[in-house]
Amino acid sequence: MNVTQILFWFLSVLALFGALMVVTSKNPVHSVLWLIATFFSISGHYILLNAQFLAIVNIIVYAGAIMVLFLFVIMLMNLNKTTEPKKNRWLKLAGGVAGGCLLLVFIAALKSSEITQQTAEVKTGDIGLIKNLGRELFSTYVVPFEISSILFLSAMVGAVVIGKKE
Amino acid sequence: MPINYYIFLSIALFCIGIVGVLTRRNAIIIFMCIELMMNAVNLLLVAFSKMHHATNGATNASAGIDGQIFVFFIMVVAAAEVSVGLAIIVMMYRNIHSVDVNFLNRLKH
Repeated sequence: MNVTQILFWFLSVLALFGALMVVTSKNPVHSVLWLIATFFSISGHYILLNAQFLAIVNIIVYAGAIMVLFLFVIMLMNLNKTTEPKKNRWLKLAGGVAGGCLLLVFIAALKSSEITQQTAEVKTGDIGLIKNLGRELFSTYVVPFEISSILFLSAMVGAVVIGKKE
Repeated sequence: MPINYYIFLSIALFCIGIVGVLTRRNAIIIFMCIELMMNAVNLLLVAFSKMHHATNGATNASAGIDGQIFVFFIMVVAAAEVSVGLAIIVMMYRNIHSVDVNFLNRLKH
């Protein structure tokens, strides 16, 4: 078992544990913090796959901007363990069983598929470097890139219009 | 690293997100679980792009780069989605003073 495999298993266990804690913790602030831990471990996976640009963007955009926005809203509403809505135990059980069934179906469908014999290259390959990604983004994908700026503008206007007190 | 490890890790993260959406009542937690599912898909897209590069990289040096561009655009859309979604949740909290999705059943009556 070499260093890459140890890192892979460590990051996978951290990601799954963090995701489980997001779902199970009672306090919403703890959920946000565990989700940040999950995002960091996913960024570690990106670094392991040599997708360095996406790893940094994942940390800056998700763990930085989006999660701070969530934390800000939760603290604005003063949510904590006591204001957490209660739910029927049978409904919770049904949700867990439904998710577990979906997991079983996915695993059973993909366990013996042909693609599982392939390997993803780890630590090598330079398609994830910012030089190559930037060249591709500003040559082939320049129109979607510009359209996404319009999307951001409309999202900004929409958030202001929704949040405005009438 | 075999690709099926990444496939099963992403499936597990995605299903944890689905369980969270189904079992939680807090609208913000549901929203966070959707983000978790989106990240599982992003991880799988990056793993598949590296797999594609491993098999076709000898003939085409930039094989598989599209997958990482797609992940970049998914992150762009997610950032826009979160800003509008949190604005909707704040508005809902202002109107009914709760983030419990059970109270959002007015369309039923």
